[in-house]
Amino acid sequence: MTNEIIKQRLTEKFGEQVSAFEDSYGMLSFEAPKELNLKVLNFLYDDEQLKFRFMTDLTGVHYPNQTGRELAVVYHLHNLVDNIRLRFKVFTDINQPDIYTATGLFSAANWMERETYDFFGVNFVGHPNLKRILNVDEMDYFPLRKEFPLEDQTRIDKDDEMFGRG
Amino acid sequence: MARPVSYNLIHKPLEADISIAQMPDGQQGEGFFATKLNDVIGLARKNSIWPLPFATSCCGIEFMATMGSHYDLGRFGAERVGFSPRQCDLLMVMGTIAKKMGPVVKQVYLQMAEPRWVIAVGACASSGGIFDTYSVLQGIDQVVPVDVYVPGCPPRPEAIIDGVLKIQDLIGKESLRRRNGDQYKALMESYGIQ
Repeated sequence: MTNEIIKQRLTEKFGEQVSAFEDSYGMLSFEAPKELNLKVLNFLYDDEQLKFRFMTDLTGVHYPNQTGRELAVVYHLHNLVDNIRLRFKVFTDINQPDIYTATGLFSAANWMERETYDFFGVNFVGHPNLKRILNVDEMDYFPLRKEFPLEDQTRIDKDDEMFGRG
Repeated sequence: MARPVSYNLIHKPLEADISIAQMPDGQQGEGFFATKLNDVIGLARKNSIWPLPFATSCCGIEFMATMGSHYDLGRFGAERVGFSPRQCDLLMVMGTIAKKMGPVVKQVYLQMAEPRWVIAVGACASSGGIFDTYSVLQGIDQVVPVDVYVPGCPPRPEAIIDGVLKIQDLIGKESLRRRNGDQYKALMESYGIQ
């Protein structure tokens, strides 16, 4: 099985809705509308030929310049039989970051969706326990969104000028 | 050609075969020695510190070297490393403390019995170090009072030993009434303890 075959199978099934196919360092990546994420994941999982039945990673990306599709959720899938990996992205508006949860399909998504919620504020609709997992519970923002600086804003002993941030 | 290895070039004569603690000031005559209770207790405390290592990263590795045979913190009476806060006098925080770890450090401190001392080993425990980021506590003195800070990233075992000697100094000179004083109570109050 090659990336070409995967692309062909996906276009047969979803037509124009799967787009932005890209082949970076031999790894296929593509995107779909966020409403379709479970349909695509299910198709990749169930299809007798594709068999992407292992989720290696799920994470978020914030693109502040792409108005209307600021937040990306990236799924990394692995076909353990043929040892082929792919990346699948969905984009969402940052003002309404609702995405269907993949926990029903992959148990591994439970932890990683909580992490993505914790850092990017993606609201995974239907997740059984969507709350912060790595950051302190009192944190009131999503630290990996670009508008928040990396440095600890509560620090008092570090002089900005001394750190070249004047 | 192999480079000749030479070290310990400067020969330091031993001051005494066995290093023993200095006797405190006092009056003595035949069969008696009178001194202040303060000094006796200070002497006893400072030469038998029970450290509680709270090691979270590379400074902890340096501490392991400090406890090992080469540097041997046991020479200074701190042989017995306790792993129960109830029995220890000296909390040694070594390594990066994430904000989520902050309450744990504080709880360990609260579980220690008075008198207790805290030493922050390394840049991270002292100030957050290179981790000037949203997830890292910018110095453990935000959650517990600290007696001695040891700089370094990580500090060498000699630096850690120097810090412990500074703590010994503090312990030896501490007044027995200090922990009941208003200043100490105000300090505890500022950390929200009692």
